[in-house]
This record gives sequence, C-alpha cells and structure tokens, in this order.
Amino acid sequence: MLAYLVRRVLYAIPILIGVNLLTFVLFFVVNSPDDMARMHIGVKRATPEAIERWKADRGYDKPMFVNADAQGRARFTDTIFFDKSLRMFALEFGRADDGRDIGQEIRDRMGPSLAIALPTFVLSLFASISLALLLVFFRATYLDFWGVVMCVAMMSISSLFYIIGGQWLVSKLWALVPISGYAPGLDAARFLMLPVLISVLAGIGSSVRWYRTIFLEEISKDYVRTARAKGLSELAVLFRHVLRNALIPILTGVVVVIPMLFMGSLLVESFFAIPGLGSYTIDAINAQDFAVVRAMVFIGSVLYIIGLILTDISYTLVDPRVRLE
Amino acid sequence: MSAPMSFQPVLLWTDLLLFVLLGAALLAVLHVRGNEPLRAAWRKVGKRPAGMAAATVLLAFVVVGVLDSLHYRPLLPAVEAVALEAGDTPEAAPVPSAAVYSTEVLSVLDALLEPLRAQTEKTYSAPFAAQLYQREAMELPDGRQVRGYPRLVHGAAHLHDPAGERAGDVAARVASGIGQAVLAWLLFFAVFATLAWHGSSLAWGQVAAAMLAGRTVLAWRAVLVTLAIILLIVGVCLELAPLYHVLGTDKVGQDVLYLSLKSVRTALVIGTITTLVMMPFAVALGIAAGYLGGWVDDAVQYVYTVLNAIPGVLLIAAAVLMMQVVIDTHPQWFDTAAERSDARLLALCFILGITSWTGLARLLRGETLKLRELEYVQAARAFGVRTPAILRRHILPNVMHIVLIALVMDFSGLVLAEAVLSYVGIGVDPTTISFGTMINMARAELAREPMVWWSLAAAFVFMFVLVLAANLFADVVRDAFDPRRS
Repeated sequence: MLAYLVRRVLYAIPILIGVNLLTFVLFFVVNSPDDMARMHIGVKRATPEAIERWKADRGYDKPMFVNADAQGRARFTDTIFFDKSLRMFALEFGRADDGRDIGQEIRDRMGPSLAIALPTFVLSLFASISLALLLVFFRATYLDFWGVVMCVAMMSISSLFYIIGGQWLVSKLWALVPISGYAPGLDAARFLMLPVLISVLAGIGSSVRWYRTIFLEEISKDYVRTARAKGLSELAVLFRHVLRNALIPILTGVVVVIPMLFMGSLLVESFFAIPGLGSYTIDAINAQDFAVVRAMVFIGSVLYIIGLILTDISYTLVDPRVRLE
Repeated sequence: MSAPMSFQPVLLWTDLLLFVLLGAALLAVLHVRGNEPLRAAWRKVGKRPAGMAAATVLLAFVVVGVLDSLHYRPLLPAVEAVALEAGDTPEAAPVPSAAVYSTEVLSVLDALLEPLRAQTEKTYSAPFAAQLYQREAMELPDGRQVRGYPRLVHGAAHLHDPAGERAGDVAARVASGIGQAVLAWLLFFAVFATLAWHGSSLAWGQVAAAMLAGRTVLAWRAVLVTLAIILLIVGVCLELAPLYHVLGTDKVGQDVLYLSLKSVRTALVIGTITTLVMMPFAVALGIAAGYLGGWVDDAVQYVYTVLNAIPGVLLIAAAVLMMQVVIDTHPQWFDTAAERSDARLLALCFILGITSWTGLARLLRGETLKLRELEYVQAARAFGVRTPAILRRHILPNVMHIVLIALVMDFSGLVLAEAVLSYVGIGVDPTTISFGTMINMARAELAREPMVWWSLAAAFVFMFVLVLAANLFADVVRDAFDPRRS
C-alpha cells in the first residue's frame, strides 16, 4: 500500500510539471509580456515607459529562460520561468496586482469556500442517493417515470437561473435571508443557507439520474435475484446489497471532487458575495490578474491529483477485493 | 458595367464550419440509407415519440440558426457612398457611384426580422406595452412639461387609444395567426402523409388516419403535434411581432424576441462546432492509444491526464484571457466587428473543445482496447492487413456509435456552459448576442423597482426548450445506439 502511494505521488510529479509548462506556455509564450502589458494598460495609453514600468512591477522584465547578465546559479534563477513557474512547486505564488500576497489570500479564503462547499457536498450526496434509491424502489411506475422527467427538466435549467431565481424569490420576495454577504463564525449560517440550498437544487437533477442508472445496472445482476430468492425484503436488498455494491462507481465520481471543494464554486460565491476562492478567481479573471489565475490553475491541479489518489484509497476501503500494489 | 450587387456575401469562420457540419450530416444520412444496421438503429430513434418531438424542436432551432448563418454586408445608399469615398474600402470599384458595403454584417434572419431589428425603443418596455417602462419628462401639445410614460415609437403605435383597443386588436391578430398556422400545418401534414404513403400498399386516407391516430411505425403523431405547437407560436408571432414588442424591450430598447432568436445561433455554434473541432483529435488519439499501446498509449494518457488535472473553468479562463490578448493586439486581422466577435466565438469553441476532448478520447481508448482482442481484428492482423487499414475499416466504424453519443450528449452541456462562461466574462464577445450575454444584462433587472422580468424570462424559456429538447434527443439516441442498453 505504502509503496503504491509513493509511486502514485511520484507519478503526480510529471503531471504537475506538465500543468506548469502548459500554463507557462499559455501565459508567457503565446503572448509576450509586452502584449499583456499593452492589453492591461489599454492599447491607447501604452507608452514604452508605461509598459516597462508594468513589467518591472510584476517581475516580467527578466529574460525568459536564461539570464545572460547574471553569474552562477542566478543565470537560471533570475528568469521569468524560474520566478513565475518553478516557484509554484514551493507554493510561492508571488503578489497579485493589488500588491497582496496570493498565498496568504488563498489561505484566508479557503475557510469561507469550505463553509459553503462542504455542506453542499454532503447534502447533495445524501439527497441524490436517497432520491435515486426511491426512484429505483418504485421503478417502472408513474413515480419513477415522472421522477426521471423532473430530473431531465431540472438538468435543462442553467445554474444561473437557479441562483437568480432563488435570490429573487427567497431573499427579495419573501425576505427570509440576506441577499448576499458573509460573516465569520456561526453567524455565517444566515448567509450560507440559501447558497447551499440553491447549489444542492441545481445539481440534483443530473446526479439523481446518474445514481439511478448505476443502481438499475446493479439491480439487474444475479446476486440481487439470489438475495430476493432467499426471501430478503426489497428494502434490505436495496440498502444492504445494491447500495453497497454500487459504491465503487459512485466513489469514482465523488471522491475526486472532495479536495476540489477548497476551490469553492465560482458562480455561487460571486453571486452571494462570499469571500472564498471562487469569487477570488472570478474577480481575478475580470481584472485580468494573470498571476492569480496562474496560481489557481496550479492549486486546482494539485487538488485534482490528490483527489485521484484518494479515490484509489477509498476503493480499498469499500471493496476488499481491491488491493493497491 | 452592371449595377453593383445589393449585398456582398460574407462567410464567417463559424458559418463555414456550420455548413461543413450540415454537409457532413447530409453525407451521414446518405451513408445510413445504404447501411441496414444503422438504419435499424435510427428507426429505433424514430419509433420513440419523445425523440421525434425533440428532433422536431431541434430542427426548428437549426432552421433559425442556419438562416442566421447566411451573412452579408448590405449596400450603402449612393449618397452615403459619395460621402464615404474618401475612406477607401477595398471593395470600392473605381467609379464615382461605386458600391460601398456597410461594415455592419447582417444575416438572412436579420433581413426576415427587419421590423424587429430596426424597431428599437428608447429603453425598457413591457411585453405588448404601448408606453415606455420609465417615466420621462414630456412636453404636452400646449407646451406644458409633465412627467409621464411616453408612448413607444413602434410598439402598438398603430393604435390611437391603446388601453381600449389593444385587447381587441391582439385577439383579432392572434386569431388570424392561428388561422395561418392551421393552414401551414395542413400543408405539412399533407406532405408528410404523402411521404409515408409513397411506396405503401394502403390508401392515402388510411395512411393519414393512421398518422393522426399514432398507429404508424415511426412516431409521426409526435412530430405533427410538436409541429402544430411550433407553427401556432410562429404564426401568432408573425402577426403580432411587427406591431408589438411581444417579449418587451431591453435596456437599450432592443426587441427581446429578436435577441432571443439571435442567441439561438450562438448556442448552436458552441454546442456543435466545439464537438466538431475536438472530434478528430479525440478519435485519432483515442484509437491510436488503444490499438497501438506502448509509448503512444503512455503519451496520450499523459496529455489527457495533464489537461484533466486543470479544473475546466480555470483552463478555459486562462486560454480565453490569452486569446483575448491576441485578438486585441491584432486589430488588423479583422475587417468588421462581426469578424472579430466571430473569431472570439471560434476561439471559444476550440478552447472548449481542447478541454473536453479528454472524456471522449478515454472512452474510445477503452473501447478500442476491447475491440483489438476480438477475433475479426485478430483475423485481419493475421491476414497481414496493415495497421492503418485495420484502424479505418475495422476499428473506426465500430466505435462511431460512441462518437455519435458523445456528440449529442455534449450538446446540451455546452449550451449551458456558454451561458455560465459568458456570465463570468470568459465566454463570447460582449457584442455577440447569446443567452449568456442576455442573462448577464438581465441579472440586475430583477433587483430594479419596478422589476423587469421579461428579458430573463425569454432567455430562460428559449434556453430551457433548446436544452430540454437536446437532452431528450440525446437520451433516445443513446438508448438506440448503445449496445449495453438494448
């Protein structure tokens, strides 16, 4: 097991290098820093001095890969590639355009992001698995049919409408909770209820349908018939046999997103003005703060790889046949 | 010298790709006609009422999208041509009254909807309203200044007393629209019945009766019912839209019905061209990785794990930001604003394609791994058939159902993604009319007092119908083509 984990972590390194190179190419090779400066300052006001100042502020005025002027190790360390790309492996992300330290900002914003993403994750997992089991229990009846119709209809609504509609209905019309905002501590619950509810609703259509398919596939297998034949009740079959055996495909989709919860949800956080990583990313995209976007790309891929490893570990926990070697 | 053409055709990149796609679809139809197993699978689609109804709705959207993809630049009136002579346009012939084409790119849909496009108001107006939604200072005939709701320039302008006459006028026009719709529907019905009757041993009347009763093999009744609903809506709108703003107007006074119809093309382009541009990569790499194995497999898997590792939105954001820099720093590449926003739309398709090909490639790799061990492939190898020929003749046709399923399944997700991305600011160009830009503009309107709901409602209904039809159709196609779901 340990050997397997070490191998997986080692295997993650080339992937992270790939991500890193890709972002570097995207941000510094496709467009030269001069282009970015011109875009950022505005094409009309971009004088050569302004461009130089913009580049110097961000440390983009160094050579790309090899600094011919420097001596010794600085030949390679005093370059854009080393400064902006390789330092990320040490989780040093530099400063955003507003001068704040990106690493500190990310640490501060993880809390609010988790506060909204974790309840959403748990609730929607619970709700969609229960609803899917309900539909499977009543399979081939009108309840099942209309349930699937509802799921397809709910899937066809853009998440934007869930958010806009929910905010309008619950916060404006009924005035039950504040429209947006955030407060630290327990006070946050007031602000978090609506976004969590909306996120759960927005995702429930597709996930119920997905789990229903998994359960139906499982229920047509021989062992289920055997279980019924030995006289188990349908409920016992569903919970003790089908649900347990369906865990592998469910885990494949679920565990990988757990580390990503840190990243928050872009839309919900920005609509509800929650100071998490999602709204941080959106603000950075709108302000074209390339350093922040780069940092988020890197963190996102690290979390994704952690998720993959966790998925493998979770298999061993639910299925004794799976051994990691 | 002949008179200049009254318009100059413009072929945008996305138009070209849409037409390529349509051509490919026609070729595919011809191919399916000559191939019995494929025909059987499509017949399964045709038997399902949900699938046929969804297909009818999608076809209606496609017609709107295709009409909106035939672009041209209208000829400017001669007077303006003289005034513009100083600014030499490359198209201008060396005669004084030379043809000068507008820099505004229009489409056939714009021409058909000319009244809707041109009849803009000052700002918001509610559906069917005769007055503006906002109080303004007005001058009365006797010179006094009052604050009130001014009459609209176009909406209900033909009525003297809107409050009294409107209900009757609308009812009369709705009746006339319904009448036209019924006539059009009867025509369609006659054509369909004749098509179904052609080559059958029954009398025409029997076929027609069977279609209405839903006793045909293909679900013709679902098509007819859906068509009736579409025609009713179209007929009523045709009667009302030139005189009223059926769905109101937005902040700058544009007709919301017009905006919604224009959004359809953007949604279709994103939903189809994205898959079209990513398909060759996904198919080639997926099959190669699965069949060849070894270092090819390792390399392909590495590439798609790297792309997968980056959260989709962030990769798209990074790529779009960079593409924006390229487009903004090279204004000389684009003649018109339409070409520039089209370039951005195409770039978005490519970027979405690059981030989404991994899923299809992985599926194809898995399927190819299974196929290469099957007897017929091994037999082909034993006979000394070369690898490219095996891939083309034995592997590719047997994984095409996965490609087809991916194509239809991805469509609705991409349409939804466009709206979210445009909202975040990394979607289409802000000047491109799309559901995303519509929602983005309409977002603050709900908070307004009094509330403006119609833009959002229109975007919601159009998007919902399009995505729902796409989802239903995708399900039916998947059921018909996925061998595991027989």
